[in-house]
Amino acid sequence: MSIFTGSAADVPAAASPEAATADPTGAGTELVQLLTPEGERVEHPTFSVDLTDQEYRDLYRDLVLVRRIDVEATALQRQGELGLWASLLGQEAAQVGSGRAMRPQDFAFPTYREHGVAWCRDVDPLTLLGLFRGVSNGGWDPQEHRFHLYTIVIGSQTLHATGYAMGIQRDGALGEDGEATIAYFGDGASSQGDVSEAFGWAAVHNSPIVFFCQNNQWAISEPSERQTRIPLYQRARGFGFPGIRVDGNDVLATLAVTRAALDEARTGQGPTLVEAYTYRMGAHTTSDDPTRYRLASDLEAWKLKDPLERMRSFLYKQQMVDSAYFEALEAESDALAARLREGCLSMPDPQPLELFDRVYAEDHPLIDEQREETAAYLESFEPLADAGQER
Amino acid sequence: MPNLTLAKAINEGLRRALEDDPKVLIMGEDVGKLGGVFRVTDGLQKDFGEDRIIDTPLAESAIVGTAIGLALRGYRPVCEIQFDGFVYPAFDQIVSQLAKMHARSRGSVRVPVTIRIPYGGGIGAVEHHSESPEAYFAHTAGLRVVTCSNPADAYVMIQQAIASDDPVIFFEPKRRYWEKADVDTTGETEQYPLYRSRTVRTGDDATLVTYGPMVRTCLDSATAAETEGRSLEVIDLRSLSPLDLEPVYESVRRTGHCIVVSEAPTNVSLAAEIAARVTERVFYSLEAPVLRVGGYDIPYPPSRLEDHYLPDLDRVLDAVDRSLAF
Repeated sequence: MSIFTGSAADVPAAASPEAATADPTGAGTELVQLLTPEGERVEHPTFSVDLTDQEYRDLYRDLVLVRRIDVEATALQRQGELGLWASLLGQEAAQVGSGRAMRPQDFAFPTYREHGVAWCRDVDPLTLLGLFRGVSNGGWDPQEHRFHLYTIVIGSQTLHATGYAMGIQRDGALGEDGEATIAYFGDGASSQGDVSEAFGWAAVHNSPIVFFCQNNQWAISEPSERQTRIPLYQRARGFGFPGIRVDGNDVLATLAVTRAALDEARTGQGPTLVEAYTYRMGAHTTSDDPTRYRLASDLEAWKLKDPLERMRSFLYKQQMVDSAYFEALEAESDALAARLREGCLSMPDPQPLELFDRVYAEDHPLIDEQREETAAYLESFEPLADAGQER
Repeated sequence: MPNLTLAKAINEGLRRALEDDPKVLIMGEDVGKLGGVFRVTDGLQKDFGEDRIIDTPLAESAIVGTAIGLALRGYRPVCEIQFDGFVYPAFDQIVSQLAKMHARSRGSVRVPVTIRIPYGGGIGAVEHHSESPEAYFAHTAGLRVVTCSNPADAYVMIQQAIASDDPVIFFEPKRRYWEKADVDTTGETEQYPLYRSRTVRTGDDATLVTYGPMVRTCLDSATAAETEGRSLEVIDLRSLSPLDLEPVYESVRRTGHCIVVSEAPTNVSLAAEIAARVTERVFYSLEAPVLRVGGYDIPYPPSRLEDHYLPDLDRVLDAVDRSLAF
């Protein structure tokens, strides 16, 4: 019996059509929370965490460093060093909580905003910058990190994750120490057919997968009430597996719920939909201008629920940290930012003939022919030996 | 040497691949108990089980999308798309996900997925069941596209496609599913390379370049032309991406006349690409412009009109006449 069955997960909060109309995204429905926005630790009847002081501090460190990566990347984009950046501002707890819930053997399939999950999977943030700088389309080995490439077409990766989970089943890799997959997607992706296909497919195959939806309220300019008439986590019920909403700005609750869902998956209990209720504090990407479509007052309300502040407040109140801790963390954060900045600025551009590398796994005569033609064409130019001096 | 239909030859090839590699899976709509709507997978689920011969929900995007995930896990999935016109719901998964994943990962990921698609017309089917969408896939970097024209090739080519570490779109000429030929299933003869074209009839007066269902049509055309004293060479491309055109260039240098024949709409087609390349490579050998015989640039017609749409012996010979009279 799943711990999700019969819990708040399975009870539709907006039972009547009127209720759904009044509150289509279910902003007021019950959500699992272990840490209030004020940093008070609260208990939940089903979900809990039992962490050491060091583990609490480590989670806070993750949140701080992930936000720092994001701030630095945004600055680099503004200075013309990155072509684009998709900020995760506000979603740090959802990503760190779920990322740290994974065991080493679990496999994540991200969208393009999962910089915090990438951090938890030991992908060098500099590699992420390489993608947004335009030197690669990924650049990390998905198998090594058990973290797939970013997927930019919305929702496509939920099917890859489902297939991977079917492979786990065929390998007999379920059990207490078994494997699970986690598919990341957003509220916008919930409108994509692939996501519904993945839900249906994973359900009938009872596959070991957690569908982790970061509902950040906005699909670029489309608010979630234009994506759904019921709270997203309730959609799972129609597909035949449990769904649950967690406070996505609460790293502890996200960790507890995702860990439980992954354990259900790995032990053969099938899929779970976890809706991490959060808010995109920044723009969709650096190319976006949210002032055209949303109110500043909404943002102000969510600032009070900031995922870092509540954890900081909690650590203080519990006397787990002192000012030296924060100073050391600040220094580490500065050093990380400096490394990223320097690494980004000194990142070499790929060489022209790399265009033709690894298009196919096996030999391909057309690619070989075009590589040779391009090489000959490039060599036909006079060398630019003194170009720098002439300027 | 068994005498097999093309459908049965693919079935035997799939069986062989399943026996040779435990990571090979077959997945698609109705491929299990039913054995596929054309019975190409007949009997395989009984022998290899439901975990390897997977009856899927009716969702093409998910068939390919989950196959990608299984490939990332080390499996070698063979997807069946039931009919050509049903592949489009899977288009994103094929051209944006499957085709690009190896390159996007800088080579660290391989996705050896084979997608079988029965294609082409001539069977009196309702709409969306008779299309020739090969150019879409041949246009996409990262995919390989092949098509068989006869049972002996079908048996070998399906195994080679499955063994490829690149994604392969495997087009099956459905109107030829029931044509029979002797097939060497011993596995002892050396396999003809998958991405090589083959001259299936030699001739001196003109070169017919074709593939899939039109190979039979072109061979029949060549036989008919012979009675009029014309000697036509017929080249079966077999691989549509990459194209192996060296035998075509060599042939056209001798004949000076080139006619490309396929069922697909002619505008922006593989035939157009072949015509361009032949013109670039053997321009001074050509005695006439490269001609194309193909489907018209209209939606595939209702089946009572398909005989007017599909190239046949008369249209091929008409093109030969025009080329030789140029």
